Formats: sequence, structure tokens, C-alpha cells
Amino acid sequence: MSIEAHGIRKKFGAFTALDGVDLHVPQGKLVAVLGPSGSGKTTLLRIIAGLEFPDPGSGRILFHGDDVTDIPAGRRRVGFVFQHYALFRHMSVLENVAFGLRVRRRRDRPAPPAILERAHRLLELVQLDGLAGRFPSQLSGGQRQRVALARALAVEPKVLLLDEPFGALDARVRKELRRWLRRFHDDIQLTTIFVTHDQEEALEIADEVVIMNQGRVEQVGTPQQVYDNPSTPFVYQFLGNVNVLRAPALATALRPGGVAAATQEGLIYVRPHDIELAPHDAGGPGLSAIVRHLHAAGPHARLLLEQVQTREQVEVEVSRSELSGLNLKVNDLVRMRVRQVRSFAEDFAI
Amino acid sequence: MTPARTSRSILPGFGLSMGFTLAYLGLIVLVPLSAAFLRAAGMSTHDFVAAVASPRVIAAYRLSFGASLAAGGVNMVFGLVVAWVLVRYPFPGRRIIDALVDLPFALPTAVAGIALTSLYSAHGWVGRWLAPLGLQVAFTWTGVFVALTFIGLPFVVRTVQPVLQELEPEIEEAASTLGANRWQAVTRILLPELAPSLLTGFALAFARALGEYGSVVFISGNMPMRTEIVPLLIITKLEQYDYRGATAIAVVMLVSSFILLLLINLLQKWSRRYHAI
Repeated sequence: MSIEAHGIRKKFGAFTALDGVDLHVPQGKLVAVLGPSGSGKTTLLRIIAGLEFPDPGSGRILFHGDDVTDIPAGRRRVGFVFQHYALFRHMSVLENVAFGLRVRRRRDRPAPPAILERAHRLLELVQLDGLAGRFPSQLSGGQRQRVALARALAVEPKVLLLDEPFGALDARVRKELRRWLRRFHDDIQLTTIFVTHDQEEALEIADEVVIMNQGRVEQVGTPQQVYDNPSTPFVYQFLGNVNVLRAPALATALRPGGVAAATQEGLIYVRPHDIELAPHDAGGPGLSAIVRHLHAAGPHARLLLEQVQTREQVEVEVSRSELSGLNLKVNDLVRMRVRQVRSFAEDFAI
Repeated sequence: MTPARTSRSILPGFGLSMGFTLAYLGLIVLVPLSAAFLRAAGMSTHDFVAAVASPRVIAAYRLSFGASLAAGGVNMVFGLVVAWVLVRYPFPGRRIIDALVDLPFALPTAVAGIALTSLYSAHGWVGRWLAPLGLQVAFTWTGVFVALTFIGLPFVVRTVQPVLQELEPEIEEAASTLGANRWQAVTRILLPELAPSLLTGFALAFARALGEYGSVVFISGNMPMRTEIVPLLIITKLEQYDYRGATAIAVVMLVSSFILLLLINLLQKWSRRYHAI
């Protein structure tokens, strides 16, 4: 089922959480709403779920074209998964999953054995059937989150909403679980929105990414579109490491054949891996810089350089082999050249 | 539960603090209590039974335990409501009402007793409206119950309030997204979560009511067989220099309240079984 939001506004006192947000999530897609904390992404999700309501007269929420703006959460048929699981700790895992069926009105409620059978099937689906009799406090974080997912699926939701689903988990479990979620989504094909502040997570598993900032949508697109063609400086900075440099240096810094999106005066944005290094006495275009810090653990080497002229700090990422060819040490001079930069018209005033 | 004897514990000082706890409890609680037991142990079985099982004493047990359980139960319900309102709804004057809850703690119980008696006697502010309806509160079982309810209220409010405050709003939201209505969310989610603290509050209010003397003696009228509470009987025996009889009743009282409190504790442990790992 598709989800649409039109012109959603929400204020909490003097704070504007959402300032006219439009969103369209096509049927069956996995969409990530990405933004820093305070960007309004969780509020948007809660409004879609019916846990929060938009400011009066400000906007509509449509599910499959039907207006659900005034329908309370319990009747929207949404599965909502909370960041901190919100499991019922006095119930066993099985009873947690069965809850949504047990509270149905009598004429819609399956018989008790059928409820248990369905709860067991859902626990199998999230690969936890062996733990049906445990209490939530006896599970790990990743297991709890999967129980929460099974519980949300028990009511046969038409859309699935996940609020920072992996936010409370440690890095390794988080990675595993998000890949699992992607496969899981491919299997059940349920329209899903998940909210996250982790750009890596969003870019890795989402069909489409919605980037939010200060209560507004900054950009919508596939992960590749938003990464390669960020439409605002905010998106560019949010989606990866970036160096912000003053533009006048650019003319000398650009490598022959390098791409400059716009070379007017102002600020330019350079990704750390779009800078190449050369020996300082190599000549040709480039800027002189001093190596301030070297970090060579992991697949890439990361360097912190200080540009000699402007004393601006620049982060550079090069392959380990490239680094060893240069034989650099801290406080050495080096020449840096830029392969690709980007500047944004609205940012010209420094 | 087992002390860190065999393995090293990261928390030092178990021996010292445990020793202190035992010595302190022994001095403050166990020594006076065992004195009562020792004194009672000096009696012959016949004397003991005569002292603790006379009809007048049995009637007093019934009143004390019955009224205390009833008062604890009423406090459990209305204490929960008070705590709920204080935690969930911001309203002007909340702090003042919050402070009012503790008043029964601070008031000398005799003052409470006199105040309640003058309110509920046939000519009192409240009693005069109840009398035409055939309801007599002062000098009846009901009067005892009212006094015990008054002094027990803060216990339930103060034990439930912090738990309610800590309860994540998400669990109620989760219940509502799963289709539960308000009634189902309260009965299936909130009450089970609050059950341990409700039981603690009940146990405290009940125990306090059992031992209460000051506020009850005024409003009860102290009629033998009808409105005498056990602590009053003990005092009466003491005034008659029947120390052994007094301690015998005290011992029965002690043992039975200990058993009741133990049962409540077990019930409480069961109600929070999901915490145990």
C-alpha cells in the first residue's frame, strides 16, 4: 500500500518539528528517512503511524489514496517498531507477539489455538521460535528487536514503520540485522519506512532515501542519486565525509582534467577520496600541505593535512599502496590535487 | 543471593556491610521481639491459649486484620488513582496536592483520631448527613476502617508514583498501534507492570494499619467484642499489670503478621517473575 503525506506541519510549543513536509512512498518499497536528530524524521513517522497528529488544518496523510489523517493508530493497520523495542516485559515472547490478535474484537479474533499458532509462525519468520517461552529481559538487543518486528507483523499491517530500529544495537549486530531486514523486506514486500540518522545504513538497504533537515525534506532519490548528485550542501555534508574549502584555492588545486561542477567564488566541497597526493617537488598544479596526522589502520589510509597558504585542515583518503609509494611521515610537505569538487550557488557568501 | 565467598566480587565490603546490617537489625528489631517471645515462652500452654484465644481477643483479631486488609485494599485502589493523576496530568496546584499526600505520615495519630471522630460522630460535619441515612461511622467497625484508610494512603501513593513515572510511554503506544483500546492497555499492560509496586504499597499500608493505635482508639469507641482493636487489648492488659497476657497476644499478632507479609512478598515476587534471569 502506498503512503502519501501532503504539507504536514507540526509544532511543539515554539519548536517547529515539521515545516510543510511532502512524502510519497510507493507500494512495496523500502524507504529510509534520514536526518540528524531534531530534523523531524521521527515526528513524521509518528504522524504517519497515528501516534501524533499534524497541526490542525495543515496536511493530510493518505494510505493507498484514502485519507487516514483523523484515524487513530489502532485502526490504521500499521506495524510500528520502536527504537527501544517497547516490549511488554511481563509477557513471554510468544504472548508479546500474540497481543495484537488477543485484543481484537471478538468477531475478528481468531480462536486461542489459532492465535498461538500464528504467533509461532511469526517467530519462525524472525528466526526466534526457540525462544517463545522466554521473557524479553532474557533476550539480547537484536533478538528483542526481532520480537518487536514479529509483534508488529502479527496484526497484518499494510505498512511497516520502523523508528531507528537498529539505533540501540552494537555496530556488528546492527550491520547483520540491517542486511537481514533488506532480505526480509524482499520476501514479504511490505511498504516500509524506516527512520535513521545513520547514512551508511540508509544508503545500504533503502530503495529510496528521503533526507530531512530542520523539519523539511532536503532531497529524495535512490541512494546513488543522492550520494552522487546531492542537491544541497547539507545533503552533501550529511552523506559522507567532506572538506569545505574556500574556492580561490581551487584554480591551482585542480588536477588536469579534473571535474569542477562550478568554479565561482565561494565554498567548495571535496570528498576525502577525491583528493590525490603527489610528492611535494613534483611540480604542476596542486597545493602545498603539511601532514598533521596519519591513520593507516583499515583498508584506506586517512590523513589530516594542513594547507600551507590558508591553514585550512583537509581530510584525505588514499589507498594504502598509494601512501606507501609516497613514503610520508607526520610534518612532511606534500602536494595535493583535487579530482572532483562541488559548489552550491546559495552558499557563496562566506 | 549467595554471598561472594567463593569468587571475588567487584563490589568490596560485603562482609563489613552485611555484618553491620545483621547487628543493626538484631539490635533494633530482633532483640525487642525475642524479648516478647521469651516472656511468652514462660507461660504454660493452658495460660497461653487462655490469653490468646478468649472470645474477646478473637473478636479483636478479626477486627484488626479485617479492617486493616480492607483499608489496605481501598488504599491500593485509590492510592493508584491519586498517583496516576499526580504523574500523568499537569495541573495547577499539583505540588500542593503532592505534599498533602504525606500529611497522614506527619500528623500525630491522636490528632487524626480526634479530627476524624469529631467529623464522623452523629453531630459532626460528615456524620450529621450520614446519620439520617442510618449510617453510623464513629464508634463502629466502619470508623476503625476509616481511620486505618486515612493513615495508610501515603504508602501506596509513594510506592506506585515513581514506578508510574518511569514507565515508558512507548509501551502504551505500542499497545495502541497493535489495536488495543484504552481499557485493554490499562488492564493488560499497565496494571501488570504496576502490580509489584501496588503490592508493596498494600503490604506497607496493611502492616501500618495493624499496628495503628492512636487514631483508632478515639473513633472506635473501644467496645469489647465489637470495636476493640488488638493493640488496644494489649494496652488494656498492660494497664491491668497482666504483662504475660499482653505479650502472648503480641506474639500471636507478630507471627500472623509476619506470615501475611511473607505471603504478600511471595505474591510480589511472582508478579515480577519476568525480572529474574
